[in-house]
Amino acid sequence: MSGKSVSDNRPLSPHLQIYKPIFTMVMSIVHRITGVALYFGTLLLVWWLMAAATGATYFDFVNGFFASWFGRLVLFGYTWTLLHHMFGGLRHFVWDTGRGFSEASRMALSRWSLVASIVLTILLWVIAYWAKGSM
Amino acid sequence: MVELSLPQNSRIGKGQVWPTPAGAGNIREIQIYRWNPDDGKNPRVDTYFIDLDDCGPMILDGLIKIKNEIDPTLTFRRSCREGICGSCAMNIDGTNTLACTKGFDEVKGVVKIYPLPHQKVVKDLIPDLTNFYAQHASIEPWLQTKSPEPQTEWLQSHEDREQLDGLYECILCACCSTSCPSYWWNSDRYLGPAVLLQAYRWLADSRDEATGERLDNLEDPFRLYRCHTIMSCAQACPKGLNPAKAIAEIKKMMVERRV
Repeated sequence: MSGKSVSDNRPLSPHLQIYKPIFTMVMSIVHRITGVALYFGTLLLVWWLMAAATGATYFDFVNGFFASWFGRLVLFGYTWTLLHHMFGGLRHFVWDTGRGFSEASRMALSRWSLVASIVLTILLWVIAYWAKGSM
Repeated sequence: MVELSLPQNSRIGKGQVWPTPAGAGNIREIQIYRWNPDDGKNPRVDTYFIDLDDCGPMILDGLIKIKNEIDPTLTFRRSCREGICGSCAMNIDGTNTLACTKGFDEVKGVVKIYPLPHQKVVKDLIPDLTNFYAQHASIEPWLQTKSPEPQTEWLQSHEDREQLDGLYECILCACCSTSCPSYWWNSDRYLGPAVLLQAYRWLADSRDEATGERLDNLEDPFRLYRCHTIMSCAQACPKGLNPAKAIAEIKKMMVERRV
């Protein structure tokens, strides 16, 4: 016997293409994506610290970049990424204790970690601008 | 491995649109995934129209009606038609569930029906569950004891028996496992929610004396720990069980036996 058996050519049934997104599913993949993004955010922090160690001219240049509208936009995104990942981590910590698995609880935990990350990001930036303005 | 798109032979093409029944009042459009192993073509989605005034209330009633009256080649598994055998598990309206317990009134608009996700398709709505059953066998789903056998039954207190509530009801329909993205990418090594819930059913059984061996078997970066609490399983289970919770309990047992 040569050739392929009937089962060799069986197609794979569709998955992501047809599955209706579930809130906890979306929050899970966003947690993963923010985790990856944080590596790049940390690089920005390292860049800033290295600039500070290098000298005044270079530090002014890097600081100037972060102070520009684009730099601030990146930092704003970094803030939210960090906070979203932190609240996601806390959510997973609750689940690790075996609690918060009922439908109402798992949805509430996901919803509140999203709300908290957004509110705290905005709050931090309002405080930062306010502190800058009053200096 | 994560592969977001479908392989070449699995891409879904346009199928046939079957005629609307004449003189019908309450027409419902149903789109169904079709694949025939004998014609050498790619899968397609066929469109059917049925008269809901002349049909039972459940999706399975509609499938049987199509098979009986419109297209006898439509292939699907079904048996008990009351949510206890798990045969008619499929993806309906974007969610895994049993066709026999899902009502037409629960779906808005066109009813879209696919086989359980990310499985090899035997024909139409029938997935090949060989791997799923082999994984179930691998957790040795039977009572294991070392003590001498009692003269009568292995007795259990009411409280100990209650520990099995929410576990013993599992009918192994595979709705949960095939709803899990982690299982989609790693079903060759990750056991998946249904099999892990079954594993916990024996870990939680006061009469079972193989707890240590069972945990040893699960202590593996893939078999157990590919669960990332995505919770699709708990959302999908047509019996209202919570595999995610059972998996969390296994993870807790792993930690507790070390301290």
